[in-house]
Amino acid sequence: MATSEIRGIDEPAAGVKTGPASANLQDEASWRWLTLSPTVIVFALLTILPLANMLYMSFFNVGWAQGSMVLTPVGLQNYRDIWGDNLFLAGIRNTLIFVVAATSAEMVLGFGLALFCSRITRGRTFYRAVFILPILIPGIVIGAIWKLMYNFDFGIINQLIGIVSIPAQDWLGQYETALLSVIIVDIWHWTPFCFLLLLASIEGLPQDVYEAAKIDGASFWQELFRITLPMMWPAILVTFVFRMIVAFKVFDEVFLLTSGGPGTATEVVSFTIYQRFFTEDRIGFGSALSVVTIFIVLMLLVLTLSARKRRKAGA
Amino acid sequence: MTGTVGVRTWWVHLLLIGAVVIVIGPVIWIVGAGFRTQISLLMGQFWFDPELFNFEEVLFSKTSEYLLNFRNSLIVGSLSTALCLTVATLGAYSMHRMRWPRWVVHSLLGWALIFHLIPPIALAGAWFAMFRNVGLDNTFTALILAHATLNLPMALWLMGVFVREVPVELEEAARIDGATTPALLRQVIVPLVMPGLAATAVLVFIFSWNEFPVALNLSLKQTATVPVAIAKYAQDFEIKYTEMAASATLSIIPALILLLVAQRYIVRGLTAGALK
Repeated sequence: MATSEIRGIDEPAAGVKTGPASANLQDEASWRWLTLSPTVIVFALLTILPLANMLYMSFFNVGWAQGSMVLTPVGLQNYRDIWGDNLFLAGIRNTLIFVVAATSAEMVLGFGLALFCSRITRGRTFYRAVFILPILIPGIVIGAIWKLMYNFDFGIINQLIGIVSIPAQDWLGQYETALLSVIIVDIWHWTPFCFLLLLASIEGLPQDVYEAAKIDGASFWQELFRITLPMMWPAILVTFVFRMIVAFKVFDEVFLLTSGGPGTATEVVSFTIYQRFFTEDRIGFGSALSVVTIFIVLMLLVLTLSARKRRKAGA
Repeated sequence: MTGTVGVRTWWVHLLLIGAVVIVIGPVIWIVGAGFRTQISLLMGQFWFDPELFNFEEVLFSKTSEYLLNFRNSLIVGSLSTALCLTVATLGAYSMHRMRWPRWVVHSLLGWALIFHLIPPIALAGAWFAMFRNVGLDNTFTALILAHATLNLPMALWLMGVFVREVPVELEEAARIDGATTPALLRQVIVPLVMPGLAATAVLVFIFSWNEFPVALNLSLKQTATVPVAIAKYAQDFEIKYTEMAASATLSIIPALILLLVAQRYIVRGLTAGALK
């Protein structure tokens, strides 16, 4: 909506520009290149080149001799090995569970909080300031905080459930609770982000619709399902996709909390790549894992975009 | 009527304060743990006499390199932010206001989006191999370039939003007055997008400060940043819980300062990025 509006202003201006500015045309043409070239250079040298290099390495066995790389071609062997890599397969499974469970919970909680917060007039700035805090804390610090809180012997969580006589749990150490515990940390970390975006979107809704609804005697639930949710749909979708993307990259918390354990209970894709590529120094195989992961991410993007297009076409 | 509204607000506040406790509780608990002795923490005592021992140990002990890590994070954070914003401001202006063909803008922004989706650990691998081949491994240069690149998609996107908000008429007027492109950028565009620039800068700096997977794999002892140092505390054979808590507490100070002085910008940056 905003873009089309601005483009609307842009078009006639473009026609005006050619007139008086034509003296500067030469200057403008070179500056046009000068301003865009840093972006193009950074993308070419620091994103496309290293990724292409990684794709290349994924067809080799990579070793080191006197500080330089030694490449032995292995064809598609690295890619064939992936399907036998139980760590990676567990990583994919857990990442998907993690992404779906964490983002869904964050969206529901964040939306609820935003809805409540939009109903009050005083103190909104205070709540917003507090809820920004987790977004700004390093993921690794959040891992550290919760590692201490989950601790079997002295963690505050076992102390709290001890008050109501629930036996202490080894939250991160037992298979049944490990992934759930990591998901809870993520919910704590990112619900405020969803809250913030959804509150901003609620605040941007036109008020006259609500006044009309009030005059018509709409109930709270009617207002929610007939007005708020339909109008917020685009914002909800964007926030959801945003969160899914970031959740898919999860690494810091897992690194500190569980290192993928116990067993493969909390193994996630990023952590598998880290182990194979860096810890085990299997650069060729690690590259192949990265390539496959990037491919999966791209497929998810295509699916999301086409789903959105179909929805638009349907509506 | 007013009575019912009052009761309802009271109820909502209670709920929100519950959420506040859940959000702040863990942070207060870790700060508290930083002031405890290891024994007091392990015994699970609720009340304790605050001590500065852990902070002294983290900051000034001979075996601790925390001050060095802090300095490294400041260097990497500020220089990568400066680089990222320079590239992004010029790029965003060029893309949105210099009449590039559509496919140029679309392919650049499209690639930025795809790049943003890639897990940083996969990029860390790609950069690690590349920087090692050109002899830049374990240097600040490598880490600064990596962080600037990592945050470039977001910065391009945000600066695009802010640049488009500048009225074209102002640019026209400046052009008619004979302003060259650098003069136009310096005297019209940059002053007008300053609030947006500040919002983007705060976010890029914080994201660089917090970044872990790339910093972990592109740095050694001398260039390690704060998150890498904190991870080391947790990985030691015998976890020094209280020192880990103290270093974690110190690491969130910059974010707290920014939250106090630049909250408006942070909200603006976070919401503009997603909703426009």
